[in-house]
Amino acid sequence: MKKILFYLFATLLVVVWLMPFVISAFTSLKSMDELMLERKWWSPPKEIRLENYSTAWNNANMGRYFLNTFIITIPSVLGTLFLSSLGAFALAWYDFKFSKVVLMVFVGGMLIPFQMLLIPVYRLSISMGVYDSYLGVILFHVAFQLGFCTFFLRNFMKTIPASIFDAAMIDGAGHFMIYRRIVLPLVIPAMAALGILEFTWIWNDYLWALILIQSDRFKPVTLGLVNLQGQWITSWNVMASGSIIAAVVPLVVFLLFQRYFIEGLTVGSVKG
Amino acid sequence: MKGKKWVPWAFLALPLTMYSIWVIYPVGRTLFLSFTNWDGVSRTMRFVGLENFKELFNDPYFITSLVNNFKWLIGFALICVPAGLGVALLLDQKFRGNKVYKTLIYLPMTLSFVVIGQIWSWILEPRSGALNSFLALFGIKGISWLSDPSIVTYSLIMAASWRQISYAMVLYLAGLKGVPQELVEAATVDGAGSWKRFWNVVLPMLRPATVVAVTVSIIDSLRAFDIVYVLTRGGPFYSSSVMANYMYIKAFNNYRMGYGSSIATIQFLITLGFIVFYMRNVLKREAERE
Repeated sequence: MKKILFYLFATLLVVVWLMPFVISAFTSLKSMDELMLERKWWSPPKEIRLENYSTAWNNANMGRYFLNTFIITIPSVLGTLFLSSLGAFALAWYDFKFSKVVLMVFVGGMLIPFQMLLIPVYRLSISMGVYDSYLGVILFHVAFQLGFCTFFLRNFMKTIPASIFDAAMIDGAGHFMIYRRIVLPLVIPAMAALGILEFTWIWNDYLWALILIQSDRFKPVTLGLVNLQGQWITSWNVMASGSIIAAVVPLVVFLLFQRYFIEGLTVGSVKG
Repeated sequence: MKGKKWVPWAFLALPLTMYSIWVIYPVGRTLFLSFTNWDGVSRTMRFVGLENFKELFNDPYFITSLVNNFKWLIGFALICVPAGLGVALLLDQKFRGNKVYKTLIYLPMTLSFVVIGQIWSWILEPRSGALNSFLALFGIKGISWLSDPSIVTYSLIMAASWRQISYAMVLYLAGLKGVPQELVEAATVDGAGSWKRFWNVVLPMLRPATVVAVTVSIIDSLRAFDIVYVLTRGGPFYSSSVMANYMYIKAFNNYRMGYGSSIATIQFLITLGFIVFYMRNVLKREAERE
């Protein structure tokens, strides 16, 4: 009996929790007539209208925005992973003056309110000639995400026993060789977890694209979706299709790599 | 590892340079700009001392934004975190299919606030939106979720909580891995004494998770921007404005970069305490390790 009650409660919780999703999915498949006349948001569509998706993808330009997000996200993730692995290597295994200070600068930066950076980053991009281009947003994402990534990878590298390097050092391997041949292969799993997390974060970015991109042809999917409001505000079904297009990639990435995603997110909450 | 003094700096050169240009320098620059009247266009700016800050505290819209941020903070730290803990305790028990349940509850966490804003825009729509249509089934009169100045902020917090609770739950589920299963089950299932066990045994063991969840929630609450921008743009009449979004309007729509910088500086000063707390926590952990 207790068991049944438990399942009932847990299921109810999940159903309520997922209601916003269900409503959007149903809305994206209905016709405007059905939406406005019936007003039963929670009931499945009587007639499935897949053309809402093609309207969103083609007429509302979501296809282009979708591609732009990939063009921005992938180099940003790779760039930040590479650079942070260099920094993390230095901070994990070398004893040097200011190493703790440098670490704290990275940690502090990742928690700063974005508004503190908006104006100068906007001005910098203009003066560097990268305003309103993919490159401008990519450079910023790479730089800003270094805070979290360096911290994350450094903590992971700390767990590798130092004895591994001693042998290599005796063999006379250079420092960069040790980084490339010994450390990098060992850190790949951590970088994968981190990469997945970063991928969804950068994919979901709205603010920086808003500040650094102006032309429609460079806009990512988040910015594009808000743009749709102007023209399609009354077509809730098209807006819903657009939202689902914007959400589908992070959702699938999460479902495929859930374990890594959670590992990345919960660093630090388990121990100390 | 041993080596010449410059070796670690060679590895740090590239990342640290990028970080300095895009993160460290901007912080200093914004602090500086907050004492000027720069409009973002002119080549010249005038140093105005504390003028911007004086004006801020006489600016009713800024005060509203500040108070709203405080509501977000309370909502995130005192409602979302305990709610996340509650769901985590519930789902951490052994039962068939618990993985699926967890995955489903996680889902909102993967969405951007822009998408969350869109989704909630047709849930909260006053005339025919989902929530009011649902309430109508019970004969409850519709509520103007996004246009009534006295409710709008709470509606926004509700929409954002959808994601924030998932996030707190993830942190707690990870933390619960370090707590013996029997303890958790004993504390959640039976009646008398279970509350005490939870309070005295389980919760203290979850302290690290709580510290992270609360700190992150506070920082997130002060960063709130996207969802406000998408759903209300701070309206009606700035009633749902938060500092982040007021700063954006002042700096980028009204070209008052100096004034905008002073808003950012206030945000920074409020967050600073929590940032320092977080950093001290990290350093303490370092010391323990060595």
